[in-house]
Amino acid sequence: MATTPVEPTPETKSGIPKPVSAGTLLRFSTAGSVDDGKSTLIGRLLYDSQAVLEDQLASVKKSKINRAAGPIDFSLLTDGLRAEREQGITIDVAYRYFSTPRRKFIIADTPGHEQYTRNMATGSSTADASVVLVDATKGVLRQSRRHAYIAHLLGVQHIIAAVNKMDLVGFSQDVFERIVAEFQQFASQLGIRNVYAVPVSALEGDNVVRGSKRMPWFSGPALLEYLEQLPASGASPDAPLRFPVQYVIRPDASFRGFAGQVASGTLHAGQSVVALPSKVKTRIRSIVAFENEPLSAAPGDSVTVTLEDEIDISRGDILAGEEQLPSVGTALQAMIVWMHHEPLDPHKIYLLKHTARTVRARIHQIRYRVDINTLEQLPSKKLDMNDIAKVDVKTTLPLFFDPYRLNRTTGSFIVIDPLTNVTVGAGIIEGAIEEQQQASQRRHSTREERVLRFGHPSGAVWLKGRPHVAELLERRLFDEGWHVQLAGPNDFLAHELVTVAKAYQLSGHITIFSPLDDGTDQKRVVRAIYGPDAFFAVKIDDDTDEEATERIMKVLRKWRDKQSDSQKENS
Amino acid sequence: MPLLEASRLEHLKMLEAESIFILREAAAEFAHPVMLYSIGKDSSVMLRLAQKAFYPGKIPFPLLHIDTNYKFPEMIEFRDWYARHVGAELIVHKNQKALDEGANPYDLGTQKCCGLLKTRSLLDGLAEGGFDAAFGGARRDEEKSRAKERVYSFRDSLGQWDPKNQRPELWNLYNGRHHKGESIRVFPLSNWTEFDVWLYIHAEKIPIVPLYFAKEREVVVRGNSILVLQTGVHLLPGEKPQMVKCRMRSLGCVPCTGAIRSDADTVPKIIEEMISFRRSERENRVIDHDEEGSMELKKREGYF
Ligand SMILES: Nc1nc2c(ncn2[C@@H]2O[C@H](COP(=O)(O)OP(=O)(O)O)[C@@H](O)[C@H]2O)c(=O)[nH]1
Ligand SMILES: [Mg+2]
Repeated sequence: MATTPVEPTPETKSGIPKPVSAGTLLRFSTAGSVDDGKSTLIGRLLYDSQAVLEDQLASVKKSKINRAAGPIDFSLLTDGLRAEREQGITIDVAYRYFSTPRRKFIIADTPGHEQYTRNMATGSSTADASVVLVDATKGVLRQSRRHAYIAHLLGVQHIIAAVNKMDLVGFSQDVFERIVAEFQQFASQLGIRNVYAVPVSALEGDNVVRGSKRMPWFSGPALLEYLEQLPASGASPDAPLRFPVQYVIRPDASFRGFAGQVASGTLHAGQSVVALPSKVKTRIRSIVAFENEPLSAAPGDSVTVTLEDEIDISRGDILAGEEQLPSVGTALQAMIVWMHHEPLDPHKIYLLKHTARTVRARIHQIRYRVDINTLEQLPSKKLDMNDIAKVDVKTTLPLFFDPYRLNRTTGSFIVIDPLTNVTVGAGIIEGAIEEQQQASQRRHSTREERVLRFGHPSGAVWLKGRPHVAELLERRLFDEGWHVQLAGPNDFLAHELVTVAKAYQLSGHITIFSPLDDGTDQKRVVRAIYGPDAFFAVKIDDDTDEEATERIMKVLRKWRDKQSDSQKENS
Repeated sequence: MPLLEASRLEHLKMLEAESIFILREAAAEFAHPVMLYSIGKDSSVMLRLAQKAFYPGKIPFPLLHIDTNYKFPEMIEFRDWYARHVGAELIVHKNQKALDEGANPYDLGTQKCCGLLKTRSLLDGLAEGGFDAAFGGARRDEEKSRAKERVYSFRDSLGQWDPKNQRPELWNLYNGRHHKGESIRVFPLSNWTEFDVWLYIHAEKIPIVPLYFAKEREVVVRGNSILVLQTGVHLLPGEKPQMVKCRMRSLGCVPCTGAIRSDADTVPKIIEEMISFRRSERENRVIDHDEEGSMELKKREGYF
């Protein structure tokens, strides 16, 4: 609700605790199976708290579509896409804003179809509370369980079970209690305590904003009343400082400010901090602002700080409280929700975005997959869309992280497919994997580990007669982070070529061979060592050095990005 | 109740911090971002947030205004003054070809006109500048299909939105990766409501176009709309101009933006007035109501 901050006070029942702090924001999302009435519930909530504007209501009343038994199909208030209205389902999250005299709400109305679980997860990832709907005529379904599980996994603090369509079961207390017992049992298996259960009729409004005369046996607060008094979560100011650096502000040589949002803890001038990954200790000199420079900053604040010492910090680095540093490492264990129809591939190199860092990574081991119904941990070779699993992740560059339960910001990541650029997974960090334990598993580094570190397998570029291009190419690749080596005509004797090529091939380099002339034999021998897929004989016409270099770079980048695909075929 | 009571300021601070995070994230990750500047109240707020996000540095991207040629003269005047005042680079783009060929809302109808002078022009303007990300001031509370949009809204190489196939967007981990030719629309004000925007304008004393303030204006009353008489608005047979105290609730093109009767000539009065409103802000925009779901259709074609 945008335009009416003052609503008539709903009749309130006695005995409801006062809100923690008047006017605080609560973000909540809906969850549950298709047709359980999520969208209808949100529509009803908005309507009964007079947060629906007249022209919006008129357009719903006018609509040719109405699946509701009553005069108004409330689901049309949030199902804002054509396809949704036509098919009568929710496809993607809708965000709605409204407030009561007691507090502000951001609601995420999410889809119930298993196919759109990724959108449900999107809506839940920032929620303080999740209202899981259960259709009283159907009981607890697979999707109700899945959603309760995902909400819990994503750290949603309050899970509410709203048993809906009570009008269809004669407002029966028995039915309600049976469903609640089933839900509670599942919830307690997950470790969710204190589920609040409320019987509602979204369609007719019972126990949504106001209590229901038709269910005198229920004495708890209506759904909205309950939500009004829930404490909102939020990172603790008492936790150790985590300040991921998002942007470096450098208007002139005299000023270097580090901009970011405080993930946890507090910041103030004079405070000692440690910069990671350099581990250099320094102090905050000042917090800089457009006007009224603040003395301190709390979790959630977006600020810019300057430091006492000139140290090298860039985007993706982190400032941390020295009393407790985050884990620093390239190996971690996480729960992952897979969100793409192409299954997870343990050999593929993905991109992983964690705070302001994006690194290459492999999700190389699936410890177990969770059966949503029974919560059993099943061994699994692959992960399909909507699967949830515990995995081992190995990144090319170190991340600075905490367990998700301690810190939602430094404990979460998304997985991106480098070829399609689509977000394919969401990760919840449980902790670091001891590097020692890992190292002890193998005696020396493997080809795969090298590929992971360098971002590419070994390869050869055969570049005859253009020594300048060879040098330029080597420099460019090196600057881009490739593991590259130039093998020029004076670097070794002709008869050493085979040995040199073999050594570089094993070590994982991209080697640029720049011979004066190519006896076809030499070329053939090197090609045989690398194999046709990793050997690039470059024909250079009369293009400039610059053009030639760029052209080869393009080919190499394409080849590198394709590697993940061919690895899949090989495995 | 004072307008700027503590809990409201607290809420604005939260929204501000979130928006600044988004602005910085996109500025850091994209090669050529641009801010779409529409001169309205939301743009004014977005611009202030950008000033704050990169202070004491300059705003690290240019502003782009899609000028349909049918904007109120006050808007153009304000635009040029404000961009200079803020010290931002301003790019103005027009679909000159369509204008030369005589495109206008009266002959084409609002939909076609909007398609040519806004959507087409926007896509051309973005392509010409080689921009891979464009900040927009759209809010989810404006309209049903906007309520569905991500903070980072992916657009294909034709600038189109595919609402059935949006990338998941968890936490504040935005995925801006795209191939050449594709782009991302970035919406830093996603979680703001109209009310928040006005409160912020009040709290921050942000300058806005005078058309938002009530004043006696020469208008013609046509059905439910009050159209301000400006160059280009033609009287229909039988219509008479009259003086009405009115103001604009949202700013668009002269022929398609209606005024509302109002006495609110200060920001606090506008806020008070809004509290009593029971109708949404875009109601006075002709274009959004051509048919059910028309905003979604426009967005799919590349509109904001
Ligand atoms: N009788 C009855 N029908 C309901 C109730 N809540 C929702 N419905 C109907 O159930 C169907 C699915 O509702 P919808 O809100 O779209 O479910 P969603 O898929 O969970 O969002 C619609 O036809 C609603 O009118 C209720 O409390 N009682
Ligand atoms: Mg729904």
